[in-house]
Amino acid sequence: MMGAEFVQFSLTPILIGIFAAMACALPGNFLILRRQAMIGDAISHVVLPGIVMGFLVSGTVAAGPMGLGAAGAAIIAVVLIEAIRRFGRVEPGAAMGVVFTSMFAAGVLLLEQSGSSGVHLDVEHALMGNLEQLIWLRASGWASVLDPAAWASLPPELPTMALTFALIGALTLAFWRWLKIATFDEGFARSLGIPAGALGFGLVISAALAAVAAFQAVGSILVIAMFICPPAAARLMTNSLSAQIWWSLAFAALSAILGYVLAGYGPLWLGARDAVSAAGMIAVVSGVILGLAVLFGPHRTGARAV
Amino acid sequence: MTALPAHSPLAVRGLSVTYGDKPAVEDVDATFPAAALSAIIGPNGAGKSTFLKACLGVVPRLSGEVAIFGQTFEDARARVAYVPQRASVDWDFPATVLDVVQMGQYRRAGLWGRLSGAARVQALACLDRVGMTDFAKRQIGQLSGGQQQRVFLARALAQEADLYLLDEPFAGVDAATERAIVEVLRSLRAAGKSVIAVHHDLATVAEYFDHVFLINVTRRAEGPVATAFTAETLHATYGGRLAPMGTGLRSQEAAE
Repeated sequence: MMGAEFVQFSLTPILIGIFAAMACALPGNFLILRRQAMIGDAISHVVLPGIVMGFLVSGTVAAGPMGLGAAGAAIIAVVLIEAIRRFGRVEPGAAMGVVFTSMFAAGVLLLEQSGSSGVHLDVEHALMGNLEQLIWLRASGWASVLDPAAWASLPPELPTMALTFALIGALTLAFWRWLKIATFDEGFARSLGIPAGALGFGLVISAALAAVAAFQAVGSILVIAMFICPPAAARLMTNSLSAQIWWSLAFAALSAILGYVLAGYGPLWLGARDAVSAAGMIAVVSGVILGLAVLFGPHRTGARAV
Repeated sequence: MTALPAHSPLAVRGLSVTYGDKPAVEDVDATFPAAALSAIIGPNGAGKSTFLKACLGVVPRLSGEVAIFGQTFEDARARVAYVPQRASVDWDFPATVLDVVQMGQYRRAGLWGRLSGAARVQALACLDRVGMTDFAKRQIGQLSGGQQQRVFLARALAQEADLYLLDEPFAGVDAATERAIVEVLRSLRAAGKSVIAVHHDLATVAEYFDHVFLINVTRRAEGPVATAFTAETLHATYGGRLAPMGTGLRSQEAAE
């Protein structure tokens, strides 16, 4: 399992899964602490119509136009949510619910229209991604990892996802103190001159960036799960913000590895014939980790004094 | 409109704020005295907190001018400490008491600077002033309401400001905390600092404060407690039905 075949067929999907999971979990920490977990949910839904539009306009499944479409859809969604909240005078959760379900539904309709073109872009792909297909066919074993010539045939999702994670990680580090103060006490942050509004917007944009980059590889189910499950489980492990971030990254990576292996081999061990969706299994594993943290996490019952 | 006085720690002219299309604060003038304890008083929904937040730029103002020691707030930011309402934050946030107090040292540290050992000593000294040294390592979610309020006050002390703006510092706190907070505020006044607090307990206004500002969307009265905190001004602020309990004052209606 750990030989040439592993490098060819499992190494890149697992790495892409790890980077995708960590890139989503990182902004997810702050969204959850700000009681904005729904935003992650909303973003991962609204990128679908954007990606389909990008595909319909460009006619290819290239990452560039589809990413642009997704980013456009995310921005439209944020504006729509804000407009409905302000002018409709409804609570933010309801405004988000209306926008992201409508846009997701529109995306599914668009997707059906695009089906006739014969290019592989379908609902299943949108939900589950195509992690298992992101293989490194030209790799001939572990030696290829050190061979620049072989790197050229790496699936492009790998550098995309790694760079996305690195960018979000660098932004989190750079604005750490602002994020910490503004997430805890926005009014106080504003009185210090911290641009809390722009910071909150930047956080949502980072989450959208992670969702767009991860969407094609791992699908919307995994994106939603990674925004919420690893950070929520991490919060139950510690009472320190920085430790929470590290725990969430560890849980995200663990979910990706365990989920991928279980999806590929779990059904065989149970006597079933076919592997199940890796993205689906990674999301399930992250849910199980959250469940275990709820049951056994050391800080699950910190006195909630009012 | 008169010029904004430079001697006042907080002077406001023509301040208006709206929420939606409803005015929350309308055309308010105010001049608070230096080295004094001032109370902002008014009924629920009268715009007390909004007034404070608008002065600090925490909520946008529709119109009006605000001067802090004669400067704009942006220029005088370093001289101002703000204590929001305790209930406005989520105390389940993963942080210790010391973490929160050190947020008050942000201006010294900036976005990237390291907080030195000396800063830590100063933060612990601030905790000592509010009687919370033993709780420095405690998770903030484990504190009582009164202890949370003291932590917020310690964070303001760590800012080493000249003007302290507090939003309902006595709301829902125990008697010991209330005494501790009053002690700290008086020591600030003794050191020449100015304190302005949104206050809702009319019974303690005369005991705790030197100066009052009464507001109900518009300004209703302003001045030293002895002259501005009277049955007439309370009547003008709260309306006819209120005969303020325990203030030692009787509204005119009740007297008739």
